[in-house]
Amino acid sequence: MKEFLAGAPILSIVVFLPLAGAAIMALIPSDRTRFHRWFALWISVATFLLALLLLPGVSSFGEFSHQERYLWIPQLGINYHLGVDGISVVLLLFSSLDLVLFYVFWEGVLIPMYLLIGIWGSGRRIYAAMKFVLYTVVGSFLMLVAIIGLYVYSSHYGVGTFDFLRLREISLPGNLQTWFFLAFGLAFAIKVPIFPFHTWLPDAHTEAPTAGSVLLAGVLLKMGTYGLIRFSIGLFPEAAVRFAPLMMGLGVIGIIYGALVCVAQRDLKRLVAYSSVAHMGFVVLGLFAFNVQGEVGAVIQMVNHGVSTGALFLLVGMLYARRHTRELGAFGGLAQPMPVYFNFFLIVMLSSVGLPALNGFVGEFLILMGGIQADWLLGGIAVFGVVLAAVYLLYMFKQVFFGPCANPANRQLRDLSLREVAVLVPLVLIIFWIGLFPRPCLRVIEPAVKSTVQRVQQHIYRTYESSTGSIGGSLLALDIRAYSLEGGSEN
Amino acid sequence: MQYIHLAILWPLIGLLVNGLFGRHLPRKLVGFVGCFSVFLSFMVSLYAFVMYLGSQTLGLFGEYEYYILPWIEVADLKINYGFLVDPLSLLMALTVSLVSFLVHVYSLGYMADDDGYSRFFAYLNLFVAMMLTLVLANNLVLMFIGWEGVGLSSYLLIGFWYRRKAAADAGMKAFVVNRLGDFAFLIGIFLTFWFLHNMRFTALRAELSGPTEYGPYLFTAIALFLFVGAIGKSAQFPLHVWLPDAMEGPTPVSALIHAATMVTAGVYMVCRLNFLFTWSSFALLVIAFLGGFTAIFAASIALVQNDIKRVLAYSTISQLGYMFLAAGLGAFWIAIFHLFTHAFFKSLLFLSAGSVIHGVRGEQDMRKMGGLARYMPQTYWNFLIGAMAISGIPLLAGFFSKDAILFAAFQAKPELIPSAGTILWIVGIATALLTAFYMFRQVYMVFLTPPRFEESELRPHEVSWVMLVPLWLLSIGSVFGGYLALPALFRLPNLLGPFLQRTLALGTEKSAEELHRASDLLREGLLMGVSVVLVLAGVGLAYYLYRVRWGVTERLKRMFAAPYRLLLNKYYVDELYDAAVVTPGRTFAAAVDEVVDRGVVDGLVNLVAFVVGAFGQLLRPLQTGFVRNYAWYVGSGAVALVIILWLVRG
Repeated sequence: MKEFLAGAPILSIVVFLPLAGAAIMALIPSDRTRFHRWFALWISVATFLLALLLLPGVSSFGEFSHQERYLWIPQLGINYHLGVDGISVVLLLFSSLDLVLFYVFWEGVLIPMYLLIGIWGSGRRIYAAMKFVLYTVVGSFLMLVAIIGLYVYSSHYGVGTFDFLRLREISLPGNLQTWFFLAFGLAFAIKVPIFPFHTWLPDAHTEAPTAGSVLLAGVLLKMGTYGLIRFSIGLFPEAAVRFAPLMMGLGVIGIIYGALVCVAQRDLKRLVAYSSVAHMGFVVLGLFAFNVQGEVGAVIQMVNHGVSTGALFLLVGMLYARRHTRELGAFGGLAQPMPVYFNFFLIVMLSSVGLPALNGFVGEFLILMGGIQADWLLGGIAVFGVVLAAVYLLYMFKQVFFGPCANPANRQLRDLSLREVAVLVPLVLIIFWIGLFPRPCLRVIEPAVKSTVQRVQQHIYRTYESSTGSIGGSLLALDIRAYSLEGGSEN
Repeated sequence: MQYIHLAILWPLIGLLVNGLFGRHLPRKLVGFVGCFSVFLSFMVSLYAFVMYLGSQTLGLFGEYEYYILPWIEVADLKINYGFLVDPLSLLMALTVSLVSFLVHVYSLGYMADDDGYSRFFAYLNLFVAMMLTLVLANNLVLMFIGWEGVGLSSYLLIGFWYRRKAAADAGMKAFVVNRLGDFAFLIGIFLTFWFLHNMRFTALRAELSGPTEYGPYLFTAIALFLFVGAIGKSAQFPLHVWLPDAMEGPTPVSALIHAATMVTAGVYMVCRLNFLFTWSSFALLVIAFLGGFTAIFAASIALVQNDIKRVLAYSTISQLGYMFLAAGLGAFWIAIFHLFTHAFFKSLLFLSAGSVIHGVRGEQDMRKMGGLARYMPQTYWNFLIGAMAISGIPLLAGFFSKDAILFAAFQAKPELIPSAGTILWIVGIATALLTAFYMFRQVYMVFLTPPRFEESELRPHEVSWVMLVPLWLLSIGSVFGGYLALPALFRLPNLLGPFLQRTLALGTEKSAEELHRASDLLREGLLMGVSVVLVLAGVGLAYYLYRVRWGVTERLKRMFAAPYRLLLNKYYVDELYDAAVVTPGRTFAAAVDEVVDRGVVDGLVNLVAFVVGAFGQLLRPLQTGFVRNYAWYVGSGAVALVIILWLVRG
C-alpha cells in the first residue's frame, strides 16, 4: 500500500478530482438532481480522504513533501510544481510551488465564487459579486507584476524561474524586497482581509448563499493568510520583518475594529462576517510575531476560523431557510422551539468566543502568547479583543435564543432535521478535538513554522551585522524572540 | 494519588448522559445520574483526603503531581492535563464536592416541577467538573479551563429561566464582567510564562523560592494582573456588579456557584500562587485594602436591601472581601479557613432562603413576608443557625474564622504601611457589626415580624424532607466547621492551620504557632471580646428596630432619606457603568460602523470605483461603433505620430 502510494501523484489527484467531477456533472442532464447531489458529495468526500492520505508523508523537518514537478511552459521556466509541508497540509490544501501555477489557481477560485454570489445570492448580489471580484483582481494584478519581476530578477542568476523553492534561495536586495512585499502583500491583504481592505467581505458574505459564505470563510480567506506566510514571509523575509510592526498593528486594529463594528450589527450574517475580520486580525498578528508560538497559533487559527465561522454561517443559513430573515430583532426565545439547534449554536458560538477546551482558545492563546512577546503593547491590546468577542457574540446569542418567544412565526419553527445534524456533528467534533487534543495538529504544523521562522531570523542576523541599526526598534524584540526559540524548559 | 482526576470525570459523564439523552430519560433517572455522579466525586475526594492523611502519619508528607495527557505543546511551551494533590487542593476538592452534592440533592426537590430538569442537572454537573478542574489543576492554563468553565456554567445557570429577560441579561452581564477580569488574568498568565518560562505551580514555586533576576516591578505587574482576574471572579469592587444580578438564577445555583464555591475561586487562585504574590508587598497591600473596602462597602448595601437573595448576595461579596483582606496580609491559610466555613454557612443561608421562596410560592420581597417561623419551623432554625454562624456568634464556625482574620489583621505590620493592619482591623470589626445587624434584620423581617401577606391566599408551607436533609447537614458544618482551627487561647490543637501551611507557609507570613507564641494571649482574648460585643450590639440593634419598635424603620428612612437612597441604589455603581461605559461604548460602536466603516473605509472604495467608472463614461463617446469614426481616429493618429516624429528628429 505504502509503495503504491509513494509512486502515485496523490497531490495532483486531490487537486484535479473536483475539477473532473465538475466536468462529468456538466455532461449529465441537469434534471437528474439526485445524481448531481450525491455525486458532488462523494467527490468531495473522496477528495478529503485522499488529502488525509498525504498526512503521514509530511516531513517533520519542515521540508516540502509529495513534490510533483512537470514541465509546463519550459520556454519561460514555468513548471507544474506541487508540494506540501505542515502548514499547507492542515489547510487542506494549498500546494502550488510554482508562482505562475499559484497565480492561475488563485484567480481560478474567483470564477465559481463570482457565480455563486451573482446567481444564487440574495438582495444586492450583483453589487456584492462585482465588488468582490474587482477588488480581488486589483490586488492580484500587482502580485502578477511582482511575480514577473521576480522572474526577471532571478534571470540575473542564470535561468529565470518561477519556482518557489529556487526563488527562496535567492537573496533579494532590500528595496526590491520592499516593493515585492508590498505588491504581494496588497493582494493577500485584500483577500484575508486586513483592515482597511475588508469592506468587500461583509457584502459578499451577506449576499452569498449559505454554501458560498461557508466557502468564503473556510477556504478563500485562508488563501490570503496562507499567501502571507508562504510567499510574503517566505520570499521576502527582510521586508517582512521591516513591515512586521505595521502588519501586527493592522492585525490588532482588525481585532478591535472588527469587534466594535460587530457590536453595532443588527443583521446576523453581517455580524458573523465582521467577526471574521476580527478573527483574521488574530491570524495576522500571530503571523508577524515571528516566533514559533505566534505562528503556530496563526496556522491553527486559520483552521479554527474555517471551522467555527463556517459552522456559524451554516447555522445562520439554517435559520434563514426557515424564517427568510436575518434581522436580529425578528428572533427571540428560540431556545424553546429549537433546543437541538440551541445546543449546536451554543457550542459553536463559544468556540468563536475562545472558550478554553474548545478550538478557538488554542489558536488565540498561542497567538496572544507570541504577540505579547513580540510587542507587549500590541499584544496586550489584542487580548482586549477576547472581551469584545464575548460582548457581541453573547449579545447576538441572547437576542436570538433568550427572552420570551413572542413572535408566532418563531413559535412554529422546526428543530434541526437529521441531515442538518449530520452536517454539524463533524464540525462540533473538530471543535472539541482541536480544543482538547490539539497536539497532533501542532506537531504537524510546528516543524514547517519553525523552518520559516528560522529562515526569517537568519535574514535578520545578516541584516543586523550589515545594517547601522535602521530597524533597531524591532531588533530588540527579535532578540527576545530568538531566545524564546531556543529555550526548552522541562514541564 | 494518581486517581484524583476521576473526581472530575464522574460529573463529566453525568453531563454527557443528561446532556445528550436527558430529555428522553425518566426524571427519577436524570436526578439520580446528576446526584450520584457528584457523590462519586465526593467519595474520590474523601478517599484521597483520608489516604493523604494516612500517608502523613507515616511521615510521607508530600505533594503528588502527575499528568494524564499532554494538551498544548509548542516550542518551549508545554501544558499538560496535570493535577496537583496537596493539602490545599484536597481541602478545596472535598469542600466543593461535598457542598455540590448536598445542593444537588436539594435541587431534586427544588426543581421537581421545572420543565428544564435534565438541562439543569447537566449544567450543574458541568459546573462541578469545571470547579474541580480549577482546584486540582497543576498549572495556570488548565486552571484557566476550569476558571472559564465555571464562568460558562454560571452564565448558563443564571440564564436558566431564559424566557425572563432579566435572567438572560444577568447571565450575559456576569459573563462579560468576568471576561473583563479574564482579560487581565490572561495577560498575567502570558507575563508569567514570558519571564518565568513555566506554567506549573510547583515549578514556579521552586523558581521563586530563591533569588531571581527580575525586580519587584515585574512581580507587582504579574500579581496585579492576576488579581484583577480574581476581582472579576470573586466579585470584588468595582467588578462586583454582576453578582447581585446573578440572583436571577435558581436558588440552588446561587447557593452553590454564587456563594459557596465559584466566587471563591479568586481567593483560591491568590492563595495557590502565594509564593508569587509574596514577591510584591505592594500588590499584597492592594489586595488587603481592596478586600477590606469591599467588605464594608457591600455590607453597607446589604443593610437596606429588601430582596431576600440580594441581601445574601451582598453579604457574599462582603465575606469574600474578608478573605482577600486576610490573603493580602499574608495570612493565606486563614483566608482558606474562612472560605471553608463560609462555604457551609452561606450555602445554608441560601438554601434556607430557597426553602422560604419555595414555601411562599416564589415571593422574594422580604417586605411581603413575616412570621414565617410558625409555618416553616425547620427552615427557620436552619436559617437562624446560618445567620448566627455568619454573624460571628461565639462557638459557631464563622466566629472562629472571622476572628482569626481580625486577629491576623491586628497583628500584621506590613513593611510599606505598618499601620495598615490596625486600619484593616477597624474596618473588619465595623463590618462584623454591620453583618450581625443585617443578618438579624433579615431573620426578623422574614421569620419573626407580623405576617404581611394574606394567609388564606399564600398558605406558606414547610418544604419536603429531600430539601430539609441537606439543610441540616450544612447546619452541622456551620456549627462545627470552625473547630478545625481553634485559636491558641483555647489551648486545643489547631488542626487546619499547620495542615494548610504545608503549602501556604512560604512568604512573609508567620506560622500559626509563631503567631500565637509571639502574641499575648490576653490580647487575643480582649480582641475576641471586642468583636463579640460588637456582634451582640448588631444583633441587639436589629432586635430593637425590627422587633421591639417594629415600624420605626419607616421613620428612620424618612429622617435619613439621602443616605438611605444611596444605599438602596447600591451607590449608583450600575448607573455609573451605564453612563460611563455601556452607553458610550454602544454609541461609539455605532459610530465606528456607520461613519468610519460605511462612510470612510467603504466610501473610499466606492469612490475609487466611481472615479474609474466616471472616467470610463468620459471616454465612452469615443466608442461609437461606426467604422468611419475609427478610421478617422486611426488616420489622424497616424498623421499626428508622423508630425511628432518629424519634430523630434528635426
